[in-house]
Amino acid sequence: MTTALAAAPPRHPHDDLLRTERIPHIWCSGCGIGIVFGSLMAAITKSGLARQDVAVVSGIGCTGRMAGYIRLDSFHTTHGRAIPFATGLKLARPQGKVIVASGDGDLLAIGGNHFIHAARRNMDLTVICVNNFNYGMTGGQLAPSTPFGAKTTTTPQGNPDEPFNFCALAAACGASYVARWTALHIRRLTNTILEAINHKGFSFVEIVAPCPTAFGRRNKIRGALDLLKFYYDRSVVKNHLAPGEATIDFDHNLVVGKFVEFDRPTFLDHYQMVNRGEVEAWPATGVDASAAGQRKAG
Amino acid sequence: MPGKAVLTGTHFMNGDEACCEGALAAGCRFFGGYPITPATEVAERMSKRLPQVGGVFIQMEDEIASMAAILGASWGGQKSMTSTSGPGFSLMMENIGLGLCTETPCVICNVQRAGPSTGLPTLVGQGDMMQARWGSHGPYEIIALCPASPQEMFDFTIQAFNLSEQFRLPVLIMADEVVGHMNERVVIPPADQITVIDRAKPNVPPAEYLPYHPGPDGVAPMANFGDGYFMHVTGLTHDERGYPTMTPAAQVEMTDRIVGKIRNNLDRILDYETLFLDDAQVAVVAYGISARSARGAVLTAREAGLKAGLVKLNVAWPFPEDFIRELSGRVKTMIMPEINLGQMVLELERLAQGRCAVRLVAHPGGTIISPRRIVEAIRQALEERP
Ligand SMILES: Cc1ncc(C[n+]2csc(CCOP(=O)(O)OP(=O)(O)O)c2C)c(N)n1
Ligand code: SF4
Ligand SMILES: [Mg+2]
Repeated sequence: MTTALAAAPPRHPHDDLLRTERIPHIWCSGCGIGIVFGSLMAAITKSGLARQDVAVVSGIGCTGRMAGYIRLDSFHTTHGRAIPFATGLKLARPQGKVIVASGDGDLLAIGGNHFIHAARRNMDLTVICVNNFNYGMTGGQLAPSTPFGAKTTTTPQGNPDEPFNFCALAAACGASYVARWTALHIRRLTNTILEAINHKGFSFVEIVAPCPTAFGRRNKIRGALDLLKFYYDRSVVKNHLAPGEATIDFDHNLVVGKFVEFDRPTFLDHYQMVNRGEVEAWPATGVDASAAGQRKAG
Repeated sequence: MPGKAVLTGTHFMNGDEACCEGALAAGCRFFGGYPITPATEVAERMSKRLPQVGGVFIQMEDEIASMAAILGASWGGQKSMTSTSGPGFSLMMENIGLGLCTETPCVICNVQRAGPSTGLPTLVGQGDMMQARWGSHGPYEIIALCPASPQEMFDFTIQAFNLSEQFRLPVLIMADEVVGHMNERVVIPPADQITVIDRAKPNVPPAEYLPYHPGPDGVAPMANFGDGYFMHVTGLTHDERGYPTMTPAAQVEMTDRIVGKIRNNLDRILDYETLFLDDAQVAVVAYGISARSARGAVLTAREAGLKAGLVKLNVAWPFPEDFIRELSGRVKTMIMPEINLGQMVLELERLAQGRCAVRLVAHPGGTIISPRRIVEAIRQALEERP
C-alpha cells in the first residue's frame, strides 16, 4: 500500500540532537568516536537542559567533527584552540553550558597549553577527549598519548617518546572533575558525561577509544571489535584513585574510573568576587609598611 | 556603582587608553589579551574598566588563545577585542583567518613596533601592514584602520567596531608605538552623539535560518549562542547552511561572499583625507604616525611655494584603488613615507602603472620619519626630469 511506503522513517531517540541531513558521517566503521558521540547526546538529553543553552565546541580532527553533527549551537574551530574559543563563548554567555569535544592530539599536543590554563582557572567547561592514541584524521601519526614502542606513520620503527597521563595532568592543573572510561563502558561513560555537564567548573572526561583504521592496523589489532575489547579487557575500575597512579598500562592495568570530584570557585566566581571587593588583599597577613619603605630607600 | 561606559568630556590621555575608551563607547564588553609592549596599556586599562561596566577581562595564556577567545565571545553575543604588537600579531594569524572564514565580528588593535622578530619592543614601526593584508592564509579581504593621534585612536576604534558588526569580520586597528604612547587631548562626546552599530540578527524562524545566506548588502544576519538557531560554525569551506562542503564550487561561493561584501561596499568603508591636492604636482600619501610627518612636510613645502599635497589614509585596507589610480594621472610624483622598507608603497606602484613616479621615504623602525626628509623628497621629485 502506498500509505505504508509514505510513512515517515522510524526516528532514533537522538534524532532531535542530530543534524540528520549531514548523515552519512565521515567516521570509519568501528571507530570509537561514534560511541562517545552517542553517549554525549544521551547525556545532554538526560541533563534536561534547554537545547539552546548548550553549545559544543571542537578543534580539528576526526573527533573534532562531533561539533558538525550535533544540532546545537556548534563550533568547529582551529586545531588546538577549542578550549580558548570555548572560554570566550562561556564568559560572554555564562548562563550557557559549553562542552568541548575533541581529540587527544588537538586538546593535549597543540592545545596543551590552553588545557593547562583552563584547568588552572577552573573555567566552567566540560572537556571530552577521545583518546585514540594517534592522529586519526591525518592518517595516523604520533600523538602525545601514543604508547612507547607503538607504530604510527611518523614512528615507523616504534615510538621513542613517552606518552603522558592526561587525567594526572588535568588534576595537577586544578581540574575539579576528572574521569576516564573506555568506549565499551557505555553506561558508565554516559553517566560520567552527565555528571561532568552538571559539574560546575573544569570537568575532564577521557575516553580510550579504538581507531582501527589508523592505529589498530599498524599495531596488529586490525579488527575494530578486537581493539575495543583489547582496551576493555585490560581495564580495571579504580574510582577515586590518585590520578597520578591511574596509568594506562596495556599489559594488565588500564585504569578507568572517576578520579577527581570536588567543588571550588570557577574563574567567573573569582572574577566577580574580586571585582566586588570581596577578596582580601595579598598577602593576607599584611606587611610592615615602614620596614618595606626602608628597604626601598636602601 | 557601575562606572560609565562613555567618559564624556575632554581628557589628556595616551593613544592606548583612548583606544579602550573608544571600545567601551562602541559597546565592547569582552577583552582577551596578553601583555606586549607597546600595547600593554590597552589591556591594563581594559582590566580596570571592563568590570566597571559589567564586562569581562581575561588575560589569556598567549595571543593564540586571546584571538580564539574573542571569536568565542563574539558568538556568545558580546562585542569583543584584543590588542597586541608584532610578535603577538604573528601568533594571531591563524585565528584571524578563522574569524574571516566564519564571519565573526571583533576588533584587533596592533600597536606596531619595529621588527622583525622581537625587534625594538619599545620603539615605533609600521612593518606589519602587508601582514595585516595577507598574513593569514587563503583569499580574503580585510579592513584596517590607521589612527594618527590619540583622538583618532578613540574615533577609529568606534569605527572599527561598527565596521566589524556591519560587515561581520575581524577589523584591524593598525596603530603604532608613537600613537599608542603619546599623550594628547581626547574629546569624548556624549553617548547619544556616538554612532554605534550592532550586528543584524536573523528575523526568520530557526527552521528557515541560513546562517550564511547574505542579505542585500552581501552580509548575512548573525545569530548568537543561545538565540535558538542551532547554527554550525566552521572554518572549513561551507555552504549557506554553514555546513562543510568540500567542493571547488562551494569554495568559489564562500570566498565570493567574504571578499564581495568588502569589495562591493567600498563607499561605506574607504576613508581618506586630502589637503592641497587640487593643484598638487607631488602627492604625499601616508598613514598612521607617518601621516603627521607628511602633513608637516606638506605645510612646509607649501610655505616654500612647492606644489605638494597630502593624502592621509584613515583606512589602509581596503586600499582606495580608484582614487589613487585617478590621482596618479594628475600628479608628477606620489611619495609614501613609511616606517618599514617599502610596503604600502607597492600599492602606489601597482596602481600608478607608470602614469607618475612613485618614491619611498623609508625607515626600518625605531624612529619616526622626520618631516625634513619628506620635504627633501618633495623637492627632489619636483626637480626630477619626467
Ligand atoms: C595548525 C594545524 N596543524 C596541523 C593540522 C593538521 N591536523 C588536522 S587534525 C590533526 C590531528 C588530529 O588528531 P587528534 O586530535 O588526536 O584527533 P583524531 O583525528 O585522532 O580524532 C592534525 C595534525 C591542522 N589542521 N592545523
Ligand atoms: S581514522 Fe580512526 S579516528 Fe578517524 S574516523 Fe577512522 S577510525 Fe575513527
Ligand atoms: Mg587522536
